Amino acid sequence: MKMKNLFVASTALSIAALPVLADPQAEVLHWWTSGSEAKSVAVLQEEFAERGGTWTDMPVAGGGGDAAMTALRARVLSGNAPTAVQLKGPAIQEWYEEGVLADISDVAEQQGWADVLPDQLAEHMKCDGHWCAAPVNVHRVNWIWANKAILDQNGVEMPTTWEEFNAASDKLQEAGITPLAHGGQSWQDATLFEAVVLGHGAEFYQSALIDLDPEALDSETMVEVFDEMRTLRGYVDDNFSGRDWNLATAMVMNGEAAFQIMGDWAKGEFLAAGKVPGEDFLCGATPGDGYLYNVDSFAMFDVGGDEDKVAGQNLLAELIVGPSFQETFNLNKGSIPVRSDVSLDDFDMCAHISAEDMAKDAASGSLLPSYAHGMALRGEPAGAITDVVTAHFNSDMSSQDAVQMLTEAVANAM
Amino acid sequence: MQNWLERQVPKVVLAPTFAAILIFVYGFIGWTAWVSLTNSKLMPRYDLVGFGQYTKLFATPRWDTAMNNLFIFGALFIIISMVLGLLLAIFLDQKIRTEGAIRTIFLYPMALSMIVTGTAWKWILNPGLGIEAMVRGWGYENFTFDWLINPDMAIYTIVLAGVWQSSGFVMALFLAGLRSVDGEIIKAAQVDGIPTHRIYTAIIIPSMAPIFLSAFIVLSHLAIKSFDLVIALTGGGPGYATDLPATYMYAMAFSRGNLGQAASSAMIMMAVVFAIVVPYLYSELRAKHD
Repeated sequence: MKMKNLFVASTALSIAALPVLADPQAEVLHWWTSGSEAKSVAVLQEEFAERGGTWTDMPVAGGGGDAAMTALRARVLSGNAPTAVQLKGPAIQEWYEEGVLADISDVAEQQGWADVLPDQLAEHMKCDGHWCAAPVNVHRVNWIWANKAILDQNGVEMPTTWEEFNAASDKLQEAGITPLAHGGQSWQDATLFEAVVLGHGAEFYQSALIDLDPEALDSETMVEVFDEMRTLRGYVDDNFSGRDWNLATAMVMNGEAAFQIMGDWAKGEFLAAGKVPGEDFLCGATPGDGYLYNVDSFAMFDVGGDEDKVAGQNLLAELIVGPSFQETFNLNKGSIPVRSDVSLDDFDMCAHISAEDMAKDAASGSLLPSYAHGMALRGEPAGAITDVVTAHFNSDMSSQDAVQMLTEAVANAM
Repeated sequence: MQNWLERQVPKVVLAPTFAAILIFVYGFIGWTAWVSLTNSKLMPRYDLVGFGQYTKLFATPRWDTAMNNLFIFGALFIIISMVLGLLLAIFLDQKIRTEGAIRTIFLYPMALSMIVTGTAWKWILNPGLGIEAMVRGWGYENFTFDWLINPDMAIYTIVLAGVWQSSGFVMALFLAGLRSVDGEIIKAAQVDGIPTHRIYTAIIIPSMAPIFLSAFIVLSHLAIKSFDLVIALTGGGPGYATDLPATYMYAMAFSRGNLGQAASSAMIMMAVVFAIVVPYLYSELRAKHD
């Protein structure tokens, strides 16, 4: 028995000592198929190939990743999971509970992830205490984007409270400009909603949208949130139903609307059109203190001990969190690196604000996961909240009714 | 020996199809029923927990909206398509010269995919691009036709597009029915001096009962499975005002990772289909026995 243990141990040692023996292979399922996204993934592919790996690309088109998740489910059911899959937030834990995720703690410890990743973000990458996913980037969700020329012409400052935002919008509306560019898709309504909730305090956001505390959900503050949502609805043009977010961004860009409340992927649109931050467009956090983040990541799936694939996973994880990929990728994507030690010299003004705020809010406890983008809640309660928000935004429902409906929907989804 | 072979060959030939239907239709219905009684989330789980998913389903306002929409859409779509189809068929039946061309024009929408119909009507009904913008452009500044973005009216835009697509097909069915009515009877009625509208209401239409039934079954299954039209025309919006059970099920199964809930909604949809098809099958089978 002892001999056998010794043999196993020595074999394990020799494998650990000679990683070159394995031929790293990775099959990567992702939905980064748009122009800038595909370019970003290509960076990773090149680095992977340079280190002797074989990359099998499995892109599944369809933003939001519904189609990719369906493909993933079929693969897992047939017992042939891809090596790495683009997953994020509580979905990582949900898949872990299905018992199909792999442990990549070895790489994480070897690379010292715990030292360079903010604790809060690192928590999302862990399953029952061990590492099971590698983070790629940090998107800030609660941004206001503004057309600088319009603001200057009308003597409007970038708002810092919701009252200022409303006052500025009223003024713009009188001048015949659509104050708020918005697309009528439920996730965009939810993005507005979470920004307004955050505007009523980070603690309120925590108890309402993360802890799902019934008292916070059924409170006067929540009534005020829905009142503000109704006010915001008044600033949106009548033709917003079903509009895509990038068309709303284009409205701000072309001077058809003054503001848009959207994550920093909108910046990618401005930059792609050759606009300069600070000159053509302005970026600022939505009113209130706090930072809502959306972290893209790759979860590693259990590959049944196939050495080549395990080597592929380890190499992939190392590269994804590695400084050079973090820099190139995030420059392409409009987000900021998840590592705190990457130089931001090449990044623009908005990325600098984002990184500074992230450090500040992490220290003060107001660095919070975005509910609208699947970082704070599991699918069912998040969907239930979005249903109420979008039903309220698209009808003349009263704030009291919305609050009552919200409380019931969340209780029903627990 | 030859007799025995003659009796067995059909069974042998049909056996694979029969087995496939048994597994892939009834087997999966059973599987869905099973999943609807579990707490399945991302992946199917098989430990039964009872009727919790159905309780949740009926407590969800969005499901109420979806079912209401199904009844509004289903009833209006079926009735309007049949009435319009019948009227068109009767007009075309008046031995007019360009019948072939007109018939093709009316039948043509059926050749389009529902996605195409939905996208085209999305542009036509969009207040900023379509009818409203056009009429305002003519100088009627107060003209409003914003059903597409009005949550209370949006479901009727789906009826509009659905009827536009299907009434031509119903017309073709009815036209074939009208032509199959025995000409001698009509001539006899005409000789007796009965007015044309009476000939239609008293003789021709009653003799087309089977055609009505076929049209009804085809239209009602189109209504219940309707998914692509909603996705293309409104995306379920504004909010979830135009959700149908099929889009609800898709959202639960594929966007929200809630297979148990999706399975229970699928079972209710099947119950609705059975409520329509079973009486039909019953009447068909009974007719054979009589």
